[in-house]
Amino acid sequence: MKVLVPVKRVIDYNVKVRVKADGSGVDLANVKMSMNPFDEIAVEEAIRLKEAGKAEEVIAVSIGVKQAQETLRTALAMGADRAILVVAAEDVHTDIEPLAVAKILAKIVEEEQPGLVLCGKQAIDNDMNATGQMLSALLGWSQATFASKLEVEGDHALVTREVDGGLQTIKVKTPTIVTVDLRLNEPRYASLPNIMKAKKKPLDEKTAADYGVDVTPRLDITVTSEPAARAAGVIVGSVDELVAKLKEAGAV
Amino acid sequence: MMSVLLLAEVTDGELSLDATAKAVTAAAKLGDVTALCCGASAAAAGEAAARIAGVKKVLVAEDASLGHRLAESTAALIVSLADDYSHIVAPATTDAKNVLPRVAALLDVMVISDASGVVDADTYERPIYAGNAIQTVKSRDAKKVISFRTSTFEPAGEQAAAPVETISAVANPGLSEWVEDKVAASDRPELTSAGIVVSGGRGVGSQEDFALIEKLADKLGAAVGASRAAVDSGYAPNDWQVGQTGKVVAPNLYVAVGISGAIQHLAGMKDSKIIVAINKDEEAPIFQVADYGLVADLFTAVPELTEKL
Ligand SMILES: Cc1cc2nc3c(=O)[nH]c(=O)nc-3n(C[C@H](O)[C@H](O)[C@H](O)COP(=O)(O)OP(=O)(O)OC[C@H]3O[C@@H](n4cnc5c(N)ncnc54)[C@H](O)[C@@H]3O)c2cc1C
Ligand SMILES: Nc1ncnc2c1ncn2[C@@H]1O[C@H](COP(=O)(O)O)[C@@H](O)[C@H]1O
Repeated sequence: MKVLVPVKRVIDYNVKVRVKADGSGVDLANVKMSMNPFDEIAVEEAIRLKEAGKAEEVIAVSIGVKQAQETLRTALAMGADRAILVVAAEDVHTDIEPLAVAKILAKIVEEEQPGLVLCGKQAIDNDMNATGQMLSALLGWSQATFASKLEVEGDHALVTREVDGGLQTIKVKTPTIVTVDLRLNEPRYASLPNIMKAKKKPLDEKTAADYGVDVTPRLDITVTSEPAARAAGVIVGSVDELVAKLKEAGAV
Repeated sequence: MMSVLLLAEVTDGELSLDATAKAVTAAAKLGDVTALCCGASAAAAGEAAARIAGVKKVLVAEDASLGHRLAESTAALIVSLADDYSHIVAPATTDAKNVLPRVAALLDVMVISDASGVVDADTYERPIYAGNAIQTVKSRDAKKVISFRTSTFEPAGEQAAAPVETISAVANPGLSEWVEDKVAASDRPELTSAGIVVSGGRGVGSQEDFALIEKLADKLGAAVGASRAAVDSGYAPNDWQVGQTGKVVAPNLYVAVGISGAIQHLAGMKDSKIIVAINKDEEAPIFQVADYGLVADLFTAVPELTEKL
């Protein structure tokens, strides 16, 4: 079985984002970019499946600007076997929407015939939480979102999902799409020798046009603004003072 | 007038009134709201949804294949109804986030996830980058598929029951099966609808000591929340996580104990009316959003607070 892992290049989760004063978006020029944290978990899970003898090959895919090559090299350094970069934008500020990403991924799935696609649950930039579900719909496959446990067995997978009420386990037919949540595993760091080796692993470069997919956004972003700021608070000196303040404010 | 199909939040046959009524408030700005209640059993939920002010009609679909709201069968049902509606919406719960993007892709439209504001029938506000920016998006799609962030809408009130119609499920695609649920029963209020939330973080240090947080919560009649670090460390169950990738809450009072205030946590609670932070590190970023900050060791401050309230 091949495992396909879509990985997105996003602003690093430690960076404080800055909204541009003219409302045209968030400033991404000269900002540290990394692999979407959920996608690191997906790559890790794919590699573990390979190490357990359940997968033969792990293919990482990224769609976006050509700098996403770095994100793919990270996936290769972690242990993915090869990578596909689909260049679909020139400007680092252009975000390809989940529907277009899913359409490109669906074409790659047709070509590569993986038994499993492991997506992140959500990209921490657009916070959409949509791509895996959309890909599953386009392929007519089963889906298991927000996975905190995954067992692949023959023609099905058992997946434990983090849902609002607690945990739910479902059994899905393979091939399937699984989107991964934070507690599925702890991703490894790439070692220096593996980072060197990754430079020699195959990385195919394609364009959205190669797959015949129109990436024109369906959602026009009219303005991006700062959220409302909170008024400054006070530091209280004791529990008694805290209780008094809360009573005064009618909070308790 | 636009027509809106709203996927009501039904869990094991029961309507989640708060989440559904909040989504009705958002949906009613768009047009006439038809609420869809589906599940292995959904009739009682349908009766309850019919009494939410603003709901014009309720559709009830009961079928074993719709039990536990498996995404494939639920999405197929919604798509079979889609012709009659300009908007398909739901509260932004984990169930809806599982189903709606699938519906959208089947209809060849984008999904608008976690909308926090309705500007007009085509235009919505939504938080991005863990709530550090708010984006206004105008959809070019003929049909809109939207999940509404419940923490920003007030629940709709009550009305005399709207008509309820029973519809049939579509053929089960048979792609997935439910195996089991692990749900912890609790007498506490539900996290996303509670008026007060007390959350604990890594600073609490252990699952046993999380009892300190729970005692304070019980004294206040509050729900209990947690940071990701507390959940990852096994101090608290996953469904207590508040934040960018957990639940988003906006209670009247939010008490953060032993939580540093990472942006991913703030994303889930910074719209609370009053925020209290208890942390022994005066530099902790949580104090930047707190209305009342107490620099103290939680192991002495929390029991004292519990006693004095
Ligand atoms: C993709 C992604 C998604 C994430 N999603 C979320 C999310 O949804 N929700 C979330 O919460 N986090 C999320 N995180 C994690 C987030 O970045 C932080 O790591 C996490 O919120 C830290 O939790 P914490 O504040 O409990 O722990 P820490 O940052 O370790 O803080 C512990 C605090 O406790 C204080 N403390 C320790 N002992 C005491 C004591 N005795 N008395 C008083 N105070 C004490 C310390 O001073 C410290 O400030 C996410 C991270 C990533 C990468
Ligand atoms: N441009 C992209 N390139 C590769 N993978 C992507 C891209 N966008 C989204 N994904 C995948 O889809 C997941 C969910 O993203 P989203 O639906 O945008 O929140 C991510 O964690 C990735 O696994």
